Amino acid sequence: MTFRARHLLGIEQLTPEDIRAVLDLSDRYVELSRRTIKHSDALAGMTQINMFFEASTRTQSSFELAGKRLGADVMNMSVAHSSVKKGETLIDTALTLNAMHPDLLVVRHPASGAVNLLAEKVNCAVLNAGDGRHEHPTQALLDALTIRRAKGRIQRLTVAICGDIAHSRVARSNLILLGKMENRIRLIGPPTLMPTGVAEFGCEVHDDMAAGLEGADVVMMLRLQKERMDGGFIPSEREYYHRYGLDAEKLANAKPDAIVMHPGPMNRGVEIDGELADDINRSVIQDQVEMGVAVRMACMDLLAQNLRAERGRAATGGLYA
Amino acid sequence: MTTLHFANARLIDPEALTDAPGSLSVSGGHIAAISGTAPKGARVIDCGGKCLAPGIVDWGVKVGEPGERHRESFRSAGLAAAAGGVTTLIARPDTLPAIDTPELLEFVTRRAAEAAPVRIRHMAALTKGREGREMTEIGFLRDVGAVAFTDCDHVVTDTRVLARALIYARGLGALVVGHPQDADLSHGASATSGKFASLRGLPAAPALAERIGLDRDLGMVELTGARYHADQITTARALPALARAKANGLDVTAGVSIHHLTLNEFDVGDYRTFFKLSPPLRSEEDRKAVVAAVADGLIDVISSMHTPQDEESKRLPFEEAAAGAVALETLLPAAMRLFHAGALSLPQLFRAMALNPARRLGLAQGRLATGAPADLVLFDPDAPFLLDRAKLRSKSKNTPFDGQRMEGRVLATFVAGKQVFGEVC
Repeated sequence: MTFRARHLLGIEQLTPEDIRAVLDLSDRYVELSRRTIKHSDALAGMTQINMFFEASTRTQSSFELAGKRLGADVMNMSVAHSSVKKGETLIDTALTLNAMHPDLLVVRHPASGAVNLLAEKVNCAVLNAGDGRHEHPTQALLDALTIRRAKGRIQRLTVAICGDIAHSRVARSNLILLGKMENRIRLIGPPTLMPTGVAEFGCEVHDDMAAGLEGADVVMMLRLQKERMDGGFIPSEREYYHRYGLDAEKLANAKPDAIVMHPGPMNRGVEIDGELADDINRSVIQDQVEMGVAVRMACMDLLAQNLRAERGRAATGGLYA
Repeated sequence: MTTLHFANARLIDPEALTDAPGSLSVSGGHIAAISGTAPKGARVIDCGGKCLAPGIVDWGVKVGEPGERHRESFRSAGLAAAAGGVTTLIARPDTLPAIDTPELLEFVTRRAAEAAPVRIRHMAALTKGREGREMTEIGFLRDVGAVAFTDCDHVVTDTRVLARALIYARGLGALVVGHPQDADLSHGASATSGKFASLRGLPAAPALAERIGLDRDLGMVELTGARYHADQITTARALPALARAKANGLDVTAGVSIHHLTLNEFDVGDYRTFFKLSPPLRSEEDRKAVVAAVADGLIDVISSMHTPQDEESKRLPFEEAAAGAVALETLLPAAMRLFHAGALSLPQLFRAMALNPARRLGLAQGRLATGAPADLVLFDPDAPFLLDRAKLRSKSKNTPFDGQRMEGRVLATFVAGKQVFGEVC
């Protein structure tokens, strides 16, 4: 086993071997999840707290289900509506939770780096479920698993990531992961939605969708993050759809067997044509949701193993280290 | 008043740009003689070959009075200044409330004189409440001692208001300090645009926001003929605009903070909020260009931009954390990094830290010359130490240099010939 991390804060800290270890274990959890009895005891007796400082349905329920299938006691906290409103700081909230002895803390926060800060203050494993515009590691891992299962490999592919790159943590994490696994990456979107310094990222940048999709194996669409924008990045949604919305005509530029991905939730008719999203021959969007649960099970299992080993070493004074 | 004689010193003269062995006598709070032997009855201080330079004139220090005394008081700032070799501290008006009336200015002037062992002079706000709508009573404020007028990091965006304030200030010969930043482009930013900020997912402003802000300010100076100082020039691409303005004879000077000369954006690392500054740290290319601009005199002033922040306002996610760092005590050791790196000589450093700011503000300090005030710092540029932020005299401990190896220590500080810090004498 190569996966040695204490926390899962981002893809940046993972090696290609770590990534492969997560994907291999995830494959086994996909099988488990397809059975009628979907239960393992990997996290039995452990406490998992999902702390979401930002509203989320999909990610939170995915983490909740993953924890429950592994036998953990799962608690959900929607911090967005509680003590933060009363002026409590992030660190105080973290310390309060820490005193309840959780083993796994799943955190989403609207500020980049907030999860890193929190991880410094608690003595359990922390999983980043999305921090600001920084990283969303489990999303990139589930995307990688989806690609690997659809394409048979996760290297030497041409992957086009399209849309609102600037505001997307999903794009950051995918960019890093796909780069580590030696894929060719293209970023497609209007220049206003490209992060600055993008030229130094080591990927191709296109503002023309047709040219960018040429010969792509994977087309990853991103959600237009209306809530994360402070206005005026695009003239209108209809112009955006005309130029960057994925439809059958634009997709024809990609390879005939190219798959279409979207992290959800989709804005149908803004970044993706509704019919295409539902086309089971091209779209793997539903698969992504399924892989999400398996990947999160794998990540929590691996972190729990490391946590147990660490606590064991501490208890024996390093005798059996 | 006692007479002092500093023997066996290494004199750093920022005016003549010399660094040579010598001696210096002080009498009646002023420098009485350079070189020569000890006058009769003088207390002789053997400097042991260490450096003697004019005390630092630190332009742009935030003291928390009134309003935020838990972050810094005149007493704690004064002690920190003395320990850092700062003999004149130029305080900023970005207090709570802003220093925008002569009554308030008189109050802080009195508080400062009572509490601090070093000289403290004050800047006043350029507009009421630093809101950018109505100019303050520039005449009255000048009468009670304001050395310059500034809204600090609140940029006056209304050019009509700014033009009137600048013209009015020109009529009185008052100096206006601007913060060259385009307010809209830099709104909400906590980093400089580029690969690093993008990968960290931080809201960022382009480095050019500074040039755009400076260009506007220089246009306003050309329009009004005002005396203008840019508080911080931190990017390479702002420098040609500054050079052009100076060549065209505009009455313009510029400063930079010690942090922008010694750190770059990568120091932020894993969201370390003690490295969050305003303006944000820049690229290494920018840092080098700005150091070179100080060396050739294009940038006139180095200051600490001392900004005390309590622990709570820094223990937050990066984009929510407060900006600024304390630096009164670390200004000189950090400046020694530039000296040891061969980027700037000691006389060049003291030209930027003492002579130029004093001159620009119309103060007699900053010189090693007969008749000048005996505000002096004795320091060892080579003494190594490990910086422990808990030992800083500032009430706030937010220094980016915590735990770092520094070289250069203040041995003693004198204000008007009176020792305010150190043990040697």
